[in-house]
Amino acid sequence: MTARSRTAPGAAHLQPREVAHVAATEEGWRIEGVLSLRSVSAVLPALARIEGADVTLDLSGLERLDTAGAYALYQTEVRIAQAGGHVRYQGLGSDHAALMERVAAAVPTPPDDAPTAKSLTDRLEDLGRMVAGAGAFVGQLCAMLGMFIARLVRMIRHPYEFRMTALVHHADEVGWRAVPIVMLMSFLIGVVLAFQGAVQLRQFGAEIFVVDLIAISILRELGILLTAIIVAGRTASSFTAAIGSMKMREEIDAMRTLAIDPVTVLFVPRILALLITLPILGMVANLLGLFGGMMMAWIELGISPGVFLARLLEGTSLDHVLVGFSKAPVFAIIIGVIGCHAGMQVGGNAESLGRQTSASVVRAIFAVILANALFSVFFALMGI
Amino acid sequence: MSDAPIIRLRGIRNQFGAQVVHDNLDLDVMRGEVLGVVGGSGTGKSVLLRCIAGLRPPQAGRIEIFGQDALNCPEDTRRAIDQRMGVMFQDGALFSSLTVRENVEVPMRTLKGLDPRLRRDVADLKISMSGLPYIAGDKYPSELSGGMRKRAGLARALALDPEIVFLDEPTAGLDPIGASAFDELINALSKTLGLTVFMVTHDLDSLHATCDRIAVLAEKRVMYTGTMAEMLDIDHPWVHEYFHGPRARAATETLERTA
Repeated sequence: MTARSRTAPGAAHLQPREVAHVAATEEGWRIEGVLSLRSVSAVLPALARIEGADVTLDLSGLERLDTAGAYALYQTEVRIAQAGGHVRYQGLGSDHAALMERVAAAVPTPPDDAPTAKSLTDRLEDLGRMVAGAGAFVGQLCAMLGMFIARLVRMIRHPYEFRMTALVHHADEVGWRAVPIVMLMSFLIGVVLAFQGAVQLRQFGAEIFVVDLIAISILRELGILLTAIIVAGRTASSFTAAIGSMKMREEIDAMRTLAIDPVTVLFVPRILALLITLPILGMVANLLGLFGGMMMAWIELGISPGVFLARLLEGTSLDHVLVGFSKAPVFAIIIGVIGCHAGMQVGGNAESLGRQTSASVVRAIFAVILANALFSVFFALMGI
Repeated sequence: MSDAPIIRLRGIRNQFGAQVVHDNLDLDVMRGEVLGVVGGSGTGKSVLLRCIAGLRPPQAGRIEIFGQDALNCPEDTRRAIDQRMGVMFQDGALFSSLTVRENVEVPMRTLKGLDPRLRRDVADLKISMSGLPYIAGDKYPSELSGGMRKRAGLARALALDPEIVFLDEPTAGLDPIGASAFDELINALSKTLGLTVFMVTHDLDSLHATCDRIAVLAEKRVMYTGTMAEMLDIDHPWVHEYFHGPRARAATETLERTA
């Protein structure tokens, strides 16, 4: 091989073509060449043809044998033994013999209890477990909420435990930094509403009602709902990731052993920051949404800002604004509790951190939309 | 061929910014030997391993593997070299989205025309040769203990029957029983498979039990190489402290008692 490698160019030397040959001889079979992972697949059919009561395998021409090759020989031996035969090796080198011995000793035996197909009762059990799991999940969220409220009350009695710095930091993080995206989003929503409303209302010559359309839909529903959805996407995930990575590195366990309450230190400032900033973000969204609508109404329908504002103040009751803002704290708590809870569910590895982070966003958005629907039903029943 | 070094490093220089880790470092690794690399923290043991394994090109110097220039060579040649080497990372570095068996199958998937059933069987065989039970093959890395992850990492490093294996702290974080079982495993594999092993370790017991030769990294180069017995006679302060410290004495005594 050395002599050949001198003449052969680079890669050819490093990866010599590995070929094995299986041939029938007078005494039995002869295997030549390199029997390795790269060459063995090609000779598997030939090896499968080897049979007989007393088989002689001549390996004296074998240049190299690796684990895969030794395994293929072992399989052949077992197959012949099962048919009542016996294999004798000829010209087997001592290092090859040692390898074959090691392989034969290491071949694993799969356990018998192969997984069977799921029966109907298994599926029923799975369904039951899923329902119970969902119930337990809601229970855990309620427990988290209860813990938050209990700690909040405790802090009113012991104000020195309160972490003001953390609150300001999180308010900056979840509130102030979200302002640009919330402004842009709500401005565009206002523009789109005005434009689509204008197209429809113009057919009836009722262009002026576009003001009512924008005002009611933004103030009552869209402003706060879309803000909550954006915040859910931004903040629930960051809560989960931050708390989850602390959980992963046992920081939360360390806190407990140091008699620091993780709920007080981690959850209360975060949820409280959301509770304070979400209504403010909602107000920003409302203002920008109305502004966007006003601009579009001006450009598209020729309703001047003065007329728009007059119509807005005269035609829109304050109820709509109050209904909108009444939802904000609820959404804030939903997002905060779901984000923190998912963080605590993170296990010991990075994969569960990723899984919980995306799950917390999906859950938070779903829960916000569900809560919004319940609010609608409630206000409809109350006639507000 | 056996007396030509399988890995030959000449004048290796590694630096991060202004901080020079290796300067004019020479090292030969012989075919079939188990070489243990020791050195204080920050002497660049892992950097050297990554450098030879092709994960980090050195700033200067020459690396020859299997008699081939491994730095200035076509990509195909480097790939061929890589296929003849296996690396076991400190915590296994298993792909977390794949089961252990699939992890071991990954390197084999790069080979054309390999029978899928044979691939699966050989993967199971490698898992078993690394000392893991059959059922471990179906598990995900997150479901395994640290020691089992290391074994699974070794199984993947051995998937292509490499000629050289790099082990990064193979026994770190294992309990003494698990660590000595791992030493025996490395011994047995290096004998039956004819492996050359390049092992970075801190574990004196492991050095005693497995290594044919020891290379000491100090002062930015390979300061000394030699057998364990030769190491004991060197009077460089760090080397002396390392091989004659209280832990080293305990390890030597244990070995002498059991021998």
